[in-house]
Amino acid sequence: MRSPVVAAALVAAALALVAPVLPSYPLTLLTQVLIVAVLAMSLDVLLGYTGLPSLGHAAYFGIAAYAVGILATERAAGFATCLLAGLVLATATAAVFGVLAIRAVGTYFLMITLALGMVVWGLAFRWVSMTKGDNGISGVPRPELPWPGSLWSPLPFFYFALVAALVAWLLLGVLVRSPFGMTLKGIRESESRMRALGYNVWLHKYLAFVISGLFAGFAGVLWAYYNGFVSPVDVQLVTSVETLLMVALGGPGTLAGPALGAAAIVFLKNFVSVYTKRWLLILGAVYIGVILFAPRGVFGAFTRGHR
Amino acid sequence: MSAEFWITQTFNGLSYGALLFLLASGLSLIFGVMRIVNLAHGSYFMLGGYVGLSVMWRTGSFALALIAGAVAIALVGIAMERLFLRRLPGQTLGQVLMTVGFALIFQDLALLVWGGDPYTIPVPASLQGAVATGALRFPTYRIFIIVVAFVIGAALWLGLDRTRAGAMIRAAVDDAEMAQGVGIRVPRLSLGVFALGAALAALGGVIGGGFLGVYPGADFEVLPYAFVVVIVGGLGSLPGAMVGSVLVGLLDNFGKALFPELSYFTLFAPMALILALRPTGLFGRV
Repeated sequence: MRSPVVAAALVAAALALVAPVLPSYPLTLLTQVLIVAVLAMSLDVLLGYTGLPSLGHAAYFGIAAYAVGILATERAAGFATCLLAGLVLATATAAVFGVLAIRAVGTYFLMITLALGMVVWGLAFRWVSMTKGDNGISGVPRPELPWPGSLWSPLPFFYFALVAALVAWLLLGVLVRSPFGMTLKGIRESESRMRALGYNVWLHKYLAFVISGLFAGFAGVLWAYYNGFVSPVDVQLVTSVETLLMVALGGPGTLAGPALGAAAIVFLKNFVSVYTKRWLLILGAVYIGVILFAPRGVFGAFTRGHR
Repeated sequence: MSAEFWITQTFNGLSYGALLFLLASGLSLIFGVMRIVNLAHGSYFMLGGYVGLSVMWRTGSFALALIAGAVAIALVGIAMERLFLRRLPGQTLGQVLMTVGFALIFQDLALLVWGGDPYTIPVPASLQGAVATGALRFPTYRIFIIVVAFVIGAALWLGLDRTRAGAMIRAAVDDAEMAQGVGIRVPRLSLGVFALGAALAALGGVIGGGFLGVYPGADFEVLPYAFVVVIVGGLGSLPGAMVGSVLVGLLDNFGKALFPELSYFTLFAPMALILALRPTGLFGRV
């Protein structure tokens, strides 16, 4: 119970100390890792803890990112408004999609979440008057906050993302260790047994779905500010699948695992694309390799051994 | 809105639905027998189109392009199923990630071999032009697509309903374990169904290459359509794939014509509604 908190504090402290001496490119990548890690952890609430593989997770991430993008550029809205709008929209979308998806089990759940994710992608792509379509929304300004240093420069924004990711990690950590989180694990292991014990299985799965969407939305808000640009790429199927890969790579059912998986994939994508144009080929091979050689996650075995 | 508008759009929707049927019937059968969510199915469509294009350039024979595309991609499907997917029985997430891995590899290989330019497969002169009745014009090529889909649909239906292999496939769709128990060699059957599904998608790719074109990104563009057809119709059901294809073809076409900004929404929202009322699709069983 204590050890993950200590470990996370050490990692965060190490990152915070190293950051000032890092050149801006690796620092920007680390910032990206932190944001994507929040997305991966949010998906893990569903996949790892509840046993529900969602193929449409980019929808909540993307909706929040679009909310920030549109409000910050066209309405010049402040941070609080954007954050709130992003979180509310992502949560509301998850609340609607959850009603449709939670009834389904197994492969049907996968396919329904895939299709629902496509609804959002379709809107992002085609609702040009709102989303600017394929061109995306560019020039999203970083927020003006009472923060040491301007968020426009890499280092203060890195600290901002670090604090945000730690807050998300802490909240999710409390959630998965709570009686509610234990019930989710029980549902993952045996739905029928939990039902027989008198738990409202549907409601627990539904709440997990909505909470997962809320945190994905949080990641989306950070992403819009980080990237300064929101486009249909953020909500497309490949983004959802890549998040699944991060969780699978890191080891589902832990919070540290997906975060490490996110780091591995972000660094891999960025470094490989520097050296070769064929990075899709390599990424595809990574997908296949992970499934064949590390079906329980590369870091999963390690983190499990600690318990 | 004139009557011509409605007739033309209905015809266009039907012909697009016919193309979708080629793509989705294979996906549905594969799913029915093997319970695999194959995200590389759109890649078969795209690769089939590219192979057909190359054969067309070399030989100038459209028939040969169709055959070569289907056979080549069937072999790709066989290799994928036999060497990789068979190692992951029942692992839904693993199968999804693995087929995505293949889809990414296929996408990059296609870019490497055929480059990033869009092409259109030149169709033979006999399929060009249009049939005109009064003020209405029906392009011959779109009529050809509908005819092909009808022939394939009828052949699949007869094959599934009247042959021994078809009975075995139906048994495996209903209960693979039980089918195995009564002596049906389900792994071999799965391989055959997988190859057939890949070949049908590739056939769709070659035919679609004649009017949609062949281009990078076609794989992930058609994939959601195939999934919507299969979800609406019901997984593993041939009549479901037929009805679903026509429905999706019409919805997509009218959506794009009437509400261009919401066109994907008009496609996916009815699907969500059907799912909410019938979680297993129109013709699906649990």
